[in-house]
Amino acid sequence: MKLACNVVEQVEAICDKHGNKPGELINILHEAQSMHGYLPEEMQRIIARKLGIPASKVYGVVTFYSFFTMTPKGKHPISVCLGTACYVRGSEKLLDEIKRVLNIEVGQTTPDGKFSLDCLRCVGACGLAPVVTIGEQVYGRLEPKDVKKILDEIPD
Amino acid sequence: MKTLNFEDLTQVRKKAQATLSVRELSYAAADESSCGLAVGTEHIQLLCCGGTGCKASQSQKIVENLKACIEANGIADKVQVIVTGCFGFCEKGPIVKVMPDNTFYTQVKPEDAEEIVKEHVIGGRKVERLLYVDPKTEKTVSDSKHMDFYRKQMRIALRNCGFIDPENIEEYIARDGYAALANALQGQTPEEVIDIIKKSGLRGRGGAGFPTGMKWGFARNYQAENKYVVCNADEGDPGAFMDRSIMEGDPHSVIEAMAICGFCIGASQGLIYIRAEYPLAVHRLKIAIEQARNYGMLGKNVMGSDFSFDIEIRYGAGAFVCGEETALIHSMEGKRGEPTLKPPFPAESGYNGYPTNVNNVETLANVPIILTKGADWFASIGTEKSKGTKVFALAGKINNVGLIEVPMGTTLREIIYDIGGGVKNGKKFKAVQTGGPSGGCLTEKHLDLPIDYESLGAAGSMMGSGGMIVMDEDDCMVSVAKFYLEFTVGESCGKCTPCRIGNKRMLEILTRITEGKGTMEDLDMLKTLATTIKDTALCGLGQTSPNPVLSTLDNFYDEYVEHVKQHKCRSHQCKALLTFTINPEKCKGCGACKKNCPSEAIIGDVRKPHIINPYQCIRCGMCKSRCRFDAIQVF
Amino acid sequence: MEQNMIQLTIDNHVVEVPKGTTILEAGKQIGIEIPTLCHIDLKGTCVKNKPASCRLCVVEVEGRRNLAPACATDCMPDMVVHTNSARVIRARKTIAELILSDHPNDCLTCPKCSDCELQRLVMRFNIRKMPFNGGEQSERKRELTPAITRNMEKCIYCRRCESVCNNVQSVGVLGAVRRGFDTTIAPTFDKMFVDTNCTYCGQCVAVCPVGALTERDYTDQLMDDLTNPDKVVIAQPAPAVRFALGEEFGMEPGTSVTGKLASSLRSLGFDYVFDTDFGADLTIMEEGAEILHRLKKFLAGDKDVKIPIMTSCCPAWVNFYEHEYPDLLGHPSSAKSPAQMFGAITKTYCAEKMGIPREKIVVVSIMPCLAKKYECARPEFKVDGNPDVDYSISTRELARLIKRANIRFTQLPDSDFDSPLGESTGAAAIFGITGGVMEAALRTVYEVYTGQTLPHIEFEQVRGFEGIREATIDLNGFPLKVCVAHTLSNARKIMDKLRAGELDYHVVEIMACPGGCIGGAGQPYHHGNFEILNARRNALYAEDEGKKLRKSHENPDIQKLYKEFLGEPMSEKAHHLLHTHYSDKSIK
Repeated sequence: MKLACNVVEQVEAICDKHGNKPGELINILHEAQSMHGYLPEEMQRIIARKLGIPASKVYGVVTFYSFFTMTPKGKHPISVCLGTACYVRGSEKLLDEIKRVLNIEVGQTTPDGKFSLDCLRCVGACGLAPVVTIGEQVYGRLEPKDVKKILDEIPD
Repeated sequence: MKTLNFEDLTQVRKKAQATLSVRELSYAAADESSCGLAVGTEHIQLLCCGGTGCKASQSQKIVENLKACIEANGIADKVQVIVTGCFGFCEKGPIVKVMPDNTFYTQVKPEDAEEIVKEHVIGGRKVERLLYVDPKTEKTVSDSKHMDFYRKQMRIALRNCGFIDPENIEEYIARDGYAALANALQGQTPEEVIDIIKKSGLRGRGGAGFPTGMKWGFARNYQAENKYVVCNADEGDPGAFMDRSIMEGDPHSVIEAMAICGFCIGASQGLIYIRAEYPLAVHRLKIAIEQARNYGMLGKNVMGSDFSFDIEIRYGAGAFVCGEETALIHSMEGKRGEPTLKPPFPAESGYNGYPTNVNNVETLANVPIILTKGADWFASIGTEKSKGTKVFALAGKINNVGLIEVPMGTTLREIIYDIGGGVKNGKKFKAVQTGGPSGGCLTEKHLDLPIDYESLGAAGSMMGSGGMIVMDEDDCMVSVAKFYLEFTVGESCGKCTPCRIGNKRMLEILTRITEGKGTMEDLDMLKTLATTIKDTALCGLGQTSPNPVLSTLDNFYDEYVEHVKQHKCRSHQCKALLTFTINPEKCKGCGACKKNCPSEAIIGDVRKPHIINPYQCIRCGMCKSRCRFDAIQVF
Repeated sequence: MEQNMIQLTIDNHVVEVPKGTTILEAGKQIGIEIPTLCHIDLKGTCVKNKPASCRLCVVEVEGRRNLAPACATDCMPDMVVHTNSARVIRARKTIAELILSDHPNDCLTCPKCSDCELQRLVMRFNIRKMPFNGGEQSERKRELTPAITRNMEKCIYCRRCESVCNNVQSVGVLGAVRRGFDTTIAPTFDKMFVDTNCTYCGQCVAVCPVGALTERDYTDQLMDDLTNPDKVVIAQPAPAVRFALGEEFGMEPGTSVTGKLASSLRSLGFDYVFDTDFGADLTIMEEGAEILHRLKKFLAGDKDVKIPIMTSCCPAWVNFYEHEYPDLLGHPSSAKSPAQMFGAITKTYCAEKMGIPREKIVVVSIMPCLAKKYECARPEFKVDGNPDVDYSISTRELARLIKRANIRFTQLPDSDFDSPLGESTGAAAIFGITGGVMEAALRTVYEVYTGQTLPHIEFEQVRGFEGIREATIDLNGFPLKVCVAHTLSNARKIMDKLRAGELDYHVVEIMACPGGCIGGAGQPYHHGNFEILNARRNALYAEDEGKKLRKSHENPDIQKLYKEFLGEPMSEKAHHLLHTHYSDKSIK
């Protein structure tokens, strides 16, 4: 898949803004991902070329950090907190239930592109443990039985 | 606006202190008689928690509603709403505090805003139903000073959290903010400042507890054209949120401390390495840096002196290992966050090869107040080798989840039972985990341990960054060890053999044990692996990663043996070891379990006792959660 | 004691070392061999890898909480080190067992069997059980390129290949991807080598301690061809092979085995045993003519002529500039490599002379190189699909074949190469080292340009192992500026300058491998021992000195070839057979 011209320009502009410095790679990747949603191969090649570093270096960084993704996320990204506080209050069971209801594994997106599922470590809402975030919304003190209802209520 | 010089700063402080006096006063003498406009109080301030936790519970909406209601009642000239950082008592959030009478409302909902304004602010009558109820006396407590949660705390690093508006630099200045920096620039030598920090006994709050003054001294001693001050805000321990709360609630204390450090070591550039998962903290830091620049606290010629210092933000991208300082530096350089061997230490060769001083957020937050109040004051708090206080994120099976700060030397018992209000749901205390994935599980016998760096280390755990997770009788310690190891395996950078393969093999052994497939040889292998990894891994993460396993092996060996020999998990956490049955005496044949069983393992006719087919049962526990007659038994 | 000297104790021996010496190096001085795996330091070249990550070299330092990696820990005054305490030995053994738990147990059939650094350590640690085996294995990827075989299940993540690919060659194809247990070394975007800008220099293979990266093996195919009565199989061994092959049979590094090489090839059943050295002399004729041609134009003020002219005999270097410098393709000489020239002449001139049809001839090159395998597969080196050189085997593969054929190499008599493509000069011999092609070219260019005999045949200025060397040669008053570089990172420096218009050389020689072909990726493994490269170098220059003829243009068979067949250098026929073109292969 080829990137649209304006996306290419935007990525190049992001690199220029950071002076095309290899040291800025992670900041550039953050901005590129927040602009485009994910970091496809071609985008990484553009960044590598602009920064004058091998594309393998960019790819090595992208695959090292869990925040970066090379696949598009769902429209409503779900994150289950697996911080210790949530874990001891049963977040693993929540995760199992979400996997069961959506029939996807962690890191995957539903075929219709509506939901994607990830885990994260501590959103800092430990008082509400266990916590799940869907998009920007934080859901706290959940039980497995609440999962289906919440997911059903989210519009397409 | 024009940037401030030393004289201007004093003027701004005086003015701002007047605004803050409503709050300052209330701390000194909260008075029931000052409740509400009805009794003639001239100014009222409503402090509303804007930390991540409370924001997740709609505190933003509460603020909006409060403001709208104040506006509607035409009292905006007398009543202000101020969004502060975290109050710490997250269990009871969102929190709204009314000043000057210091009334502490808990679990406020957006729809409660109107009542607070009309009843309390205007009418002078407290909203009883929103007050905190002391679980021991079952009486309401209005003033936070009288709550057990706060009584034993001593807030130094958190001195401004939940007290000032973090987005307003003048409120920070009112609290003697930037006074330490001004003092240093006006007459102290870098050596003098470093000396004060050394004398105070402040040690790194990020984990290892290295003396901060010494660290600064090393960085000062290396000559180079560039030097860097780095704030490590890559707080990654699962269940820890101390640093985040400080940055959200009091960002200027970190900025001021970085500038002071820059002055001391001879650096003009600061970098804050912060997790990208902390959007609110990033937002507040950005505002704070901008304001500090506008006020002349950052930038060229700070406060008119010949010292220049500025700060940039660098983002982490989801890698726990980047909390290790060499990995953090590589990450800031745009590389994979892999640690490298020390020496050379960052003080000699750090960011881009230049001398770099890395301190954690909480460490930095202590610096300005040490300088304004003096080394002796700070050194008078705490134990012989661990001075000052420590912030802990108290979480898990405990009544009062939240952020607390206690003097070093406070016992675990005081923290868990007095401040934390004891174990949730009246269950039995089993263990407390400190230090996150690098720490260990402490037990009943450690409860009276006065906690500091040395005592925790000696007990097989670690201070770490301050996560403190309480576990009760329902927690399986083998599973807990497995949980932490899963974390380490997921977060290992993979560079060195012991951490990359060793931890993986340990996790496989633990998984076997929790599935009832472990052997006694497995326990020996665990011990061998744990010891070797501790002894040979490249970085701090690897070297401490076996701690959760070692400490549970030490303290809960019988539980391991039980899993291996009897295939039994006493806490019913290890799914593979459970058997679900239905007690025919209790079963009414309602069919709720059958209907909800995802694997169709339950059979039975209506109004007759049901049976679970053990071969089909996936042990999900759904039936137990749906049974209204307590008929499902688990062995 | 001198100021920058340090005294310390290792295993109860007191040792004095300069500041900055590692415990590993200090131990070596007093005969203590601390085991290493990830570490490599080919002193004198830029091949270095010191991540301190395998942790097999850990030692106990008194007063330290943890064990310290000897390869990266500097000696400190009064340090007390134990390299063989029970604690150290136990830890090392456990780590080796861990490595084995993520490594297949197919040593018997592994191409690195008996030449594997891990295997050696396992024997040394007396490991008899594999207690941690049975768990998950890290992700496996396999790939068979024309030159390199990649079998990642054997990777132990020492990252030597990554260091070499990035720091030495600056190609940057190999890099660490993912993290934790899933970390692996992979070509860009987890693609196959063939889909990246890999140059097939093979230096990753040269440093791989285990069998994860090896050469693509053509020995079975060669066996089939040798035993096929319908094929005429012709051998052409490269210059550098004869200075290293003996190592595979236990001979001292630096033993020249030219005569035994010819005999062994004959024993293997090759129908003709010719010599790539002949091709090397031929290359000098063509490339030398091209140098003179361009120089004349340049001196006549021609603005379009591409100066500097660059050598083009190293196939990895050719791949490198086709991938990375498509805008500068006019600079390299259009002359084919010696092996390809040899193939082209064999399948035309020779075939005609011997009366054998092209299709029946199988030309096999024996090379110190892996990129040559890829070179053979290039379409421009084929006539109607039939390659000029059918395939290329490495020095190591030849050694394996000799062993397989029950030939006792060390006792073979010396013999000569066959005629007409067996004669060569000393100029051809030195093709095997960095600076050699330049020196060979200068010997001919000087004499042709000036019409005088060289007063001193050796050009010491272009010899040595420094990464980039330059010299100015006086050609009857014209200062000819030349430059010699080895490794592709040094090539990149030169090409970047050229691109920026900051280069004022006339002739540039580039070799991709450290040291040139003697350090080629197809040579017997050096295992990080630089002395081996040094010994090969000495043998090579000795061979040159011992030759009666030391200038390519004096080779009588070459002269005959031009007279009978080609006409003169750069004639139309020569151009057709001995020159090539380059194309833009950059990855967009």
